[in-house]
Amino acid sequence: MAAKTLTIDGQLVSAEENQTLLEAARDAQIPIPTLCHLDGVMDVGACRMCLVEIVGTPKLLPACVTKVQEGLEVRTNSERLQRYRRLLLELLFAERNHVCAVCVSNGHCELQDLATQHGMDHVRYAYQAPNLGVDLSHRLYGLDHNRCVLCTRCVRVCWYIEGAGTLNLAGRGTGSMIITDLNQPWADSDTCTACGKCVQACPTGALFYKGATVAEMERDRQKLEYIVTAREKKQWNV
Amino acid sequence: MNTPRSSPAPIRVLIDPVTRIEGHAKISIFLDDAGNVADAKFHVVEFRGFEKFCEGRPMWEMPSLTPRVCGICPVSHLLASAKACDAILAVRIPAAAEKLRRLMNLAQIVQSHALSFFHLSAPDFLLGWDRPAAERNLFGLAHADPELARGGIRLRQFGQEIIAALGGRKIHPAWAVPGGVREPLTPAARQPLEAKLPEALAIAQAALQRFREVLTQHRREIQVFGNFPSLFLGLSRPDGLWEHYDGTLRFVDAGGNVLADDLDPARYQDVIAEAVEPGSYLKSPYYKPLGYPDGLYRVGPLARLNVCRRMGSPLADAELDRFRRFGHGAVTSSFLYHYARLIEILASLERIRELLGDPELTSPRLRADAGINKLEGVGASEAPRGTLFHHYHVDEQGLLQRVNLIIATGQNNLAMNRTVAQIARHYIQGASQRIPEPLLNRVEAGIRAYDPCLSCSTHAAGQMPLQLTLFAPSGAVLDQVASS
Repeated sequence: MAAKTLTIDGQLVSAEENQTLLEAARDAQIPIPTLCHLDGVMDVGACRMCLVEIVGTPKLLPACVTKVQEGLEVRTNSERLQRYRRLLLELLFAERNHVCAVCVSNGHCELQDLATQHGMDHVRYAYQAPNLGVDLSHRLYGLDHNRCVLCTRCVRVCWYIEGAGTLNLAGRGTGSMIITDLNQPWADSDTCTACGKCVQACPTGALFYKGATVAEMERDRQKLEYIVTAREKKQWNV
Repeated sequence: MNTPRSSPAPIRVLIDPVTRIEGHAKISIFLDDAGNVADAKFHVVEFRGFEKFCEGRPMWEMPSLTPRVCGICPVSHLLASAKACDAILAVRIPAAAEKLRRLMNLAQIVQSHALSFFHLSAPDFLLGWDRPAAERNLFGLAHADPELARGGIRLRQFGQEIIAALGGRKIHPAWAVPGGVREPLTPAARQPLEAKLPEALAIAQAALQRFREVLTQHRREIQVFGNFPSLFLGLSRPDGLWEHYDGTLRFVDAGGNVLADDLDPARYQDVIAEAVEPGSYLKSPYYKPLGYPDGLYRVGPLARLNVCRRMGSPLADAELDRFRRFGHGAVTSSFLYHYARLIEILASLERIRELLGDPELTSPRLRADAGINKLEGVGASEAPRGTLFHHYHVDEQGLLQRVNLIIATGQNNLAMNRTVAQIARHYIQGASQRIPEPLLNRVEAGIRAYDPCLSCSTHAAGQMPLQLTLFAPSGAVLDQVASS
């Protein structure tokens, strides 16, 4: 496989040709913030947290779905990017109800961590405070739409790792919602295998184990990558 | 103080805002044609809507959601809420979990009572009622009596440290959960608490001795600060000892006679109804069989000491004997809430000593696991300010359908109104157009005796100084003062 050489934040980086900018940067120990990215499943570029600047290109591009090219000059942490990332976070917090203090994921939440890392000490936009409801019908898991950031990590693990295809996205724009099967209560889903991968994948407190109380939801996301790697490398074949 | 406005007719006195209480309030005093006090009202002017916005949330969040109502006694809400959830799960929590919850509630009583007595109220009666407000506070107390002030701070710290040792943090620990508690007390955390206990006990005893000495100079306050017959409500247990976490409801009257006993807290609505008064967001619960407003009852330290037979620990029992000399049957002066508070600190410390020696506190079996087995649950416990009820209705999935919180301060609302009226009658006698100088301090102190927590009881936000307004019968404002 041909190697590509590019510059990220002034550092010369060598990458494999099919790698994304995100992968190349992480291999070179250059951090780029992400929210919808999850190791082990395909990227969709939904959250825009990983936007980077490429010299000579007017648009900002999501590092998770942009392939490396020879000679690219990439900036991952300019003042403009920092400003936009903070703005994105503020919009996410304003859109639904993210009240960390009383959330099952308090202290173990990727959205909360990003807000802390980006110095988001207040939100400049009006909180929408929607009343989106909570689905606790499932025997084991709960889904609180109020805490969902629509990253679709749960949808992707459900389709591409478990292969169940239970979770999906309905609606458009801010009206989008995660649904189960044909937008029915989770307990009525014929396809759900109750595998729990969606719960492991969720970056916030939207998906949780039923009975979890405040700050109790800790997840083991590496398990998802482990499953994918083991499958791809045929480690389970005897 | 404002310049008095001329008015041919009588008056309403408004104290706004009331200071050194937890929350925001104002007081109106209404005068009759002769210039005497016709009535007085304690208004709580903030509204929070906790009961409403909890609707739709999963039940398991409630023990952490409801304590956010207040940073002073979050533990009380934590425990009452967890108990309501236990009822919905229909479980009996492990014995170790109950002991640990009791330990945290005792620590909460110590820290909250220490705050009320030393930080908020003691400056009034130890420094003198008419000392300028700028000096009549904890800093003034620290200047006049550094040892006492330091002791108060240390005592509060001790309570907070127990809470932190159990729940990981001093304020809003997410520790009690439906079915039990999350963590035991580790042996490493227990040892420093045991080491600090003797100091805490010595501080409580010294404060009691000091308070008994000043009581002799406060005969008038004992007489006029809410001294009237009323009912008292508290949790009680079969052996009649002082109870703070569980048990059944008991009402006693001013003579100390038991009016109703062994009432299941889950059926509180059989005996308690809530009236709503215009002009205040604070509801007025009353004892149903006697109707409104005759069913006035008091809760909190004074009530608990009137309801119990004995405290159940030697130092506190000796003090209870002295305390009971101030009443015939029951002790009826609200000024003596302060005394009761100190006795409860002592009793709590004695019980903490006993509990810390219990090996079960380090047990790993702490949490009963269950699903939704009942659609309704009531949790009652004794908060520092009195009996606290959390009442939840959930759907089959455990989502909250209806929430009713009956807060200790609310239950003292009628008594606080009567206390304000009694103090006003004593200080305003005949043809007054102005708020007499000593009145503001006394009325505030009268309210403070109840240690009201208005943020909890209106389920309120912001600062909370007291405003006092004097009204003529025509409704005209004659005078208005605000404490700073």
